[in-house]
Amino acid sequence: MSTRRVVGPFNRVEGDLEITLEIERGRIAAAYVNSPLYRGFEQILQGKVPADALVLVPRICGICSVAQSAASALALADAAGIAPPPNGRLAANLTLAAENMADHLTHFYLFFMPDFAHADYATRPWHATIAERFRATTGSAPNQILPARARFMQMMGLLAGKWPHTLAVQPGGSTRPLQSSEIFRLHRTLREFRQFLETVTFGARLEDVAAITSRAQLEAYRTGAGGGDLRTFLAIADDIDLWHLGRGTDRFMSYGCYQEEDRRLFPAGLWHGAAEAFDVAAIQEDISHAWYAAAGLPQHPAAGSTLPVEEKDGAYSWCKAPRLAGQVVETGALARQVVAGHPLARDMIGGCGGSVAARVVARLLELSLVLPAMERWLNQLAPGEPWCISAQPADETSGVGLVEAARGSLGHWITVRRGRIHNYQIIAPTTWNFSPRDAQGQPGALEQALAGLPASDTETLPAAIHHVVRSFDPCMVCTVH
Amino acid sequence: MNLLWLQSGGCGGCTLSWLGSGHGSLFHELKDEGIELLWHPSVSEAGVDEARALIEQCADGRVAVDVLCIEGSLLRGPRGTGGFHRFGGGAQPMIEWVRQIASRARHVVAIGSCSSWGGITAAGINPTDACGLQYDGEAAGGLLGPDFRDHGGLPVINVAGCPPHPDWITETLAMLAHGRLRAEHLDDFGRPRFFADQLVHHGCPRNEYYEFKASAEKSSDQGCLMEHLGCGGTQAHADCNQRLWNGEGSCLRGGYACIRCTEPGFEEPGHPFESTPKVAGIPIGLPSDMPKAWFIALAALSKSATPTRVRENAHSDHLLRAPSVKRTKR
Ligand code: SF4
Ligand code: SF4
Repeated sequence: MSTRRVVGPFNRVEGDLEITLEIERGRIAAAYVNSPLYRGFEQILQGKVPADALVLVPRICGICSVAQSAASALALADAAGIAPPPNGRLAANLTLAAENMADHLTHFYLFFMPDFAHADYATRPWHATIAERFRATTGSAPNQILPARARFMQMMGLLAGKWPHTLAVQPGGSTRPLQSSEIFRLHRTLREFRQFLETVTFGARLEDVAAITSRAQLEAYRTGAGGGDLRTFLAIADDIDLWHLGRGTDRFMSYGCYQEEDRRLFPAGLWHGAAEAFDVAAIQEDISHAWYAAAGLPQHPAAGSTLPVEEKDGAYSWCKAPRLAGQVVETGALARQVVAGHPLARDMIGGCGGSVAARVVARLLELSLVLPAMERWLNQLAPGEPWCISAQPADETSGVGLVEAARGSLGHWITVRRGRIHNYQIIAPTTWNFSPRDAQGQPGALEQALAGLPASDTETLPAAIHHVVRSFDPCMVCTVH
Repeated sequence: MNLLWLQSGGCGGCTLSWLGSGHGSLFHELKDEGIELLWHPSVSEAGVDEARALIEQCADGRVAVDVLCIEGSLLRGPRGTGGFHRFGGGAQPMIEWVRQIASRARHVVAIGSCSSWGGITAAGINPTDACGLQYDGEAAGGLLGPDFRDHGGLPVINVAGCPPHPDWITETLAMLAHGRLRAEHLDDFGRPRFFADQLVHHGCPRNEYYEFKASAEKSSDQGCLMEHLGCGGTQAHADCNQRLWNGEGSCLRGGYACIRCTEPGFEEPGHPFESTPKVAGIPIGLPSDMPKAWFIALAALSKSATPTRVRENAHSDHLLRAPSVKRTKR
């Protein structure tokens, strides 16, 4: 006999999240994930001139607005057959990296860690200290993080005019030329942020964190001197074993991101125990369990449609179910670093697969990897050289833009007919991670990660479920859009 | 003063903008102004069951709400059911929760242009029949109706913007907390006048280019963006070029047009956002309070008087000519 329990609203995630649990003999037999909000951006975009997408798509999401801009700018550049000049490419990297790094920080401190301050853990020896540091809104950490984050986001004032929702990221480059004195100011802000991370978050130099290659070295770092919130987290992760919690599909995907002269800082790929062939043409969206009018078989997004329906047998989500060659994949910082071949990321999933601990560590690891790259990009900017080229998109064309947002792989597919947007399809990172079942009945990545966890239909929801859900850093406004 | 913040059909960007407040920790700022967060979906500890229980108590009056902040459009569709947005964990649509709590709250504040007028969610075919709390575009009405007044006699306070500047939000809330926000402090669209009585054009670093109609022709040019690139800064009510964004930014400082994001209906300007519609070469959207004939006459005159420095710099992404240095003493 199983009982059903509808859980929501999940807080400290971006947007609306509700999960239906089927509970059998004290465990989750099946989980059904839904975002109970539909806005219809793909319908709103139809009929607009292509450039209007740059105004509309950032507003899909307040937390990864630049990632949406970047995907759209890439899709429009692809449709117009242009590429930005070096300054434009570097500015785009810096803007996206600033958002992604701020997101990692926000997730760790404001969304994820407060769960350990919960009374559920009152019996753990570390609880009092952790509660004082990480309690939502009143802990010392959130109040220390907000000013540091705001200071870091001043980079956005210079690079992008404002955040969220900028128009500086264009298909032809950046609208914001920087002069030498401004580049110095950006360096200064980055230095301050580096110092903050090295003292408060890591208690170690960024380069030393980036050089950790295995769980064993991570353990050596944890027991070393220097303090820092990552060490604190690792101690908790060992104590309550977050390394064996929240295993998903173990099939990791990344579109790759941060275009450099001849390569991307993090390459694209698919990893399932070993590198596998990765083909974006093999992406299809299944809508068998989502409230959309069926267009027959699953479609590649370039041919996809979005027609909401009020009732549909078997449907339980506004989220479509993207699949790669029919398979469920996980995307995010962990996937990105596993695909990129970072030895620690590979080692973390070696024994116990994807886990809550590995996802959180991978995010902080990225802070240590990307900040030095940002410093390098700043040095490569060349004031006086062009920042942006103009492009006139053809009246009949199509394009695709693939980027990595903080939360993982984000894709935009645009088709232009008679100079207007004929079709615009978006697959966001959390669309992958929090997808519903597909026609084969395969549950999405989170649905798999929750199955088997202890739960009851009467008591308060176990903290472990919160950890698993938030370890993906879900963004539900992007998911459905 | 306690505050309940709910997110409806928006992107969460108002909250993210707010968290970027540049005056120390936002949580301390609120505490210092005597504002207590009952619940905010992005930052509060309480989740699932606790949050639902609290919302129910706010709706039935067991918990008194001083300020209800709504971020995001109110989704009336499909067919008036509100089914496009349910508050997670139950069957009731968000618009019902908002109606119930708004009728009891001491003040109701729309955070952002979505909950003020409908905003971006209402663009295009407006698939979800989105509107604001007290406006549907420029028309009074919206979810709560044109006659809605809170218990102190105020209409919905519209902290418009897509997103609003963090200080617009905090200062509005502080004024409420100190009992210093009265009807005369709101403009005709219910926006706090401390930011809405300014125009984005005020303080724009491109003002000299504007004076001479020395216009940018493409993105990253330094000239004024009004003539060709869609800038609505001369009509948009906001202080974006005086109270800067993220330290030292603004849309214009970022090199792109003001799309009038604090104005009702900004999501459907009737032309591509980043280009200026013209009739016989004259931009349709004239500066606020400026008679058309004068605008045309002055534009023609100032174009003919444009200094070379201004004309050349307008079409470049960096300074080609610096202002000349004059020696006054020999
Ligand atoms: S760019 Fe816009 S805000 Fe700036 S001077 Fe020109 S019209 Fe005014
Ligand atoms: S400059 Fe215009 S578009 Fe930009 S934030 Fe201000 S009002 Fe909105």
